[in-house]
Amino acid sequence: MQQYWKEYDSSGFYDELMSARGNARLPAKKLVSYLKSLTPEDIAARRMAADATIQAMGVSFTVYTDEGNIDRAWPLDIIPRVIAKKQWDIAEQGLAQRLQALNMFIDDLYHDQKIIKDGIIPEFVLKQSVNYRKECEGVSPAYGVWAHVCGTDLVRAGDGELYVLEDNLRVPSGVSYMLENRSIMKRVFPEVFEQVDIAPIGDYPARLFDTLSALSPRKEKQPIIAVLTPGIFNSAYFEHAFLAQQMGAELVEGSDLVVGDDDCVYMKNIDGLEQVDVIYRRIDDLFLDPEVFHKDSILGVPGLMRAWRAGKVALANAPGAGVADDKVVYAYVPQVIKYYLDQDPIIPNVETFLCYKDSERNYVLNNLDKLVVKPANESGGYGMLVGPHSTKKERETFAALIKANPRNYIAQPTLDLSTAPTLIGKHTPEPRHLDLRPFILQGKDTYVTTGGLTRVAMKKGSLVVNSSQGGGSKDTWIVDTDADKASTAKKISAKKTVKASPSKASNQSQSSQGGA
Amino acid sequence: MLSKVAERVYWTARYLERIESTARLISIYDKLLFDLPRTVQLSWYNLITINSLQKDFSERYAVQDERNVIKFLIGDESNYSSIVSSLKATRENIRTTRDVIPSDVWYAINELNRYVKDNIQQGINRGKRHEFLSNIICGCQQILGTLYSDMPHDAAWTFLRIGRNLERADMTSRNIDAAMAGIMEAQDIDEAVNTHQIIWLNLLRSLNADHSYRRATRQAIKGYDVVGYLVTNQYFPKSIEYCLNALISACEQLPNSENLTEYLDAIKADIVDDYEPESLGQPLRDDLNELQLHIIDLHKKISETWFPVWD
Repeated sequence: MQQYWKEYDSSGFYDELMSARGNARLPAKKLVSYLKSLTPEDIAARRMAADATIQAMGVSFTVYTDEGNIDRAWPLDIIPRVIAKKQWDIAEQGLAQRLQALNMFIDDLYHDQKIIKDGIIPEFVLKQSVNYRKECEGVSPAYGVWAHVCGTDLVRAGDGELYVLEDNLRVPSGVSYMLENRSIMKRVFPEVFEQVDIAPIGDYPARLFDTLSALSPRKEKQPIIAVLTPGIFNSAYFEHAFLAQQMGAELVEGSDLVVGDDDCVYMKNIDGLEQVDVIYRRIDDLFLDPEVFHKDSILGVPGLMRAWRAGKVALANAPGAGVADDKVVYAYVPQVIKYYLDQDPIIPNVETFLCYKDSERNYVLNNLDKLVVKPANESGGYGMLVGPHSTKKERETFAALIKANPRNYIAQPTLDLSTAPTLIGKHTPEPRHLDLRPFILQGKDTYVTTGGLTRVAMKKGSLVVNSSQGGGSKDTWIVDTDADKASTAKKISAKKTVKASPSKASNQSQSSQGGA
Repeated sequence: MLSKVAERVYWTARYLERIESTARLISIYDKLLFDLPRTVQLSWYNLITINSLQKDFSERYAVQDERNVIKFLIGDESNYSSIVSSLKATRENIRTTRDVIPSDVWYAINELNRYVKDNIQQGINRGKRHEFLSNIICGCQQILGTLYSDMPHDAAWTFLRIGRNLERADMTSRNIDAAMAGIMEAQDIDEAVNTHQIIWLNLLRSLNADHSYRRATRQAIKGYDVVGYLVTNQYFPKSIEYCLNALISACEQLPNSENLTEYLDAIKADIVDDYEPESLGQPLRDDLNELQLHIIDLHKKISETWFPVWD
């Protein structure tokens, strides 16, 4: 593979593994030299092994356009993405800071709305937010936390710095794929795991369990926790089942639950009803409770909002938390952090133009060919205009959309997203753009995943990394380059401390084996 | 435990058992036909009759030949009892009960599913059919073994036991019935005695019971001994008595099971305790038919007790 790596060229984009001069970056050095030692046949064999493992593990992500097929294998590129631990430690703080501020913001919005009264955010931004839920006003969830699980998308731009692209505070998915990517990679490249000090990521399910447990309204007993899924046709059903299993929680659908006259939520068990304390819901707000939201929703549970408002059950994430992942609100997050925490944001936002502001809208309309335009409340990468890749007709459509509803659109410069070597078609690495979705938990404590899910745009030049639109993924390695010396020391001391167990004494006697 | 999860686990066990017994039945039938004298015309279509699938079969195929029967039983997705359909159903049930089923079982069913998908043609053509079917049997055994070794013996486990033993009792009774029918068909031919021997032996084989039968009875293969063994032996895990006992002890571990255990006791009294050793021929077939009706009722009662439709 030596030759292919020499020819690798990210055409001026910041590359995660390779420097502009064609050398491996420090944290990726051992990985790249290992990859270089493999022949194309080796690579092909490893890729096949990864694919077979994915199928055996049944890791799937359904794409709705792929009609009826709920077994679309999860796409994993076997070249990992590597980030230096030093840099990640800072990002981790930034992510925790951000979610802390966002939760204070949400709690404020559903109570006194001080941030509006103080003139930091205009009132109409809130009034027109499609994810603001009047039904949540005055509710006080435990610890003042509304978004317990957040998936924040980070991108690395041309300057090599990380930026926040968006926050997903409703039902972000991907964490199971992050975990499964790692277990697949351990099988595919066991040699590298021996050599490189890669931070483990496996404690997420336990942390999620702790986060959810701490929300239980009934403190006196071990809480009953359920993962509420819309069912097997949901794109992330695999993840719902996976997390339930990893946490030892119940996997339920709306029809398995019922709300009693006492406002408590119950599971329909083989011996009758059992009270549920915490629901990790993976159903959108508007489908949660047909008594309050969409009347014809069969996914939800009638009375669930009543139970939540009465404090009889905890919902994670809380209904209404999505108000903060409105992309107009996103533009205000630096001010939000300043306002509630009196701190400067550790991770910056991407520059964002708000179309409701006349001057910024004019700039956007005049520069549609250079900008990325996004609707304020879509997820999954839908309804976007990527200016440089757009046709004139598409730009005209978007101009009209923006003029008709300026509040609903924001624009950002087309980012020079970083790339990483990715195996496409043949077994040679080609640069592809990527982002990173870490997951942040907040409840009683705060936790940030070590790294996150790296999503890759598989088409050459494309910036659309979303799994629902054919994006691929990579395992993400947080590598401690200072650890080489330390780990030698660790091994030596380990030798000293491990005591031998007694050897196995009992074996079947020769005579009873019938051999004599 | 959630009713819905219990129901799915119960069906997982039933489908898994169905896959294995169908695979075994086809592969034994293949061998049986080789052994029989050429004058005996035993039809592949018997396999359809055993499983009471005559109506479904006739909707799909006009000719009742080997190829159509095999296609229908192995690869036909419109036949909900076929191996591919049962496999699909097993996998969907496991997919939706991963919170109570060991991960290795999920991996194993994915592997088995993929193997069957990739090699289905082998099963339909005769040349590699045996290998194909024995790989399916191995796959089912691997899953059962994993469940045995890794799964806590809690309520979910109890529902697996119920599903497995119910399906087994059903399959054993159908197998006996089919052998009896074959023997009655081959009544008036020259090689009748020899033919009967072969059929009884293959009945034992199709339930993997030939060795244990000999060890338990120390008898040559005789019709009433074979049937007696398969109905009333309390140690052989596919005998009717064993399955009924297992069902009783499993039900007793679950809440609200009094009605069910009473019903099971009654079935046992009827079929096992009142079993008449010399009963063969049509009277036996009538008894087996009655047992199958009981099994249908049992399923209804199990559903009403633990998987009720809630208002």
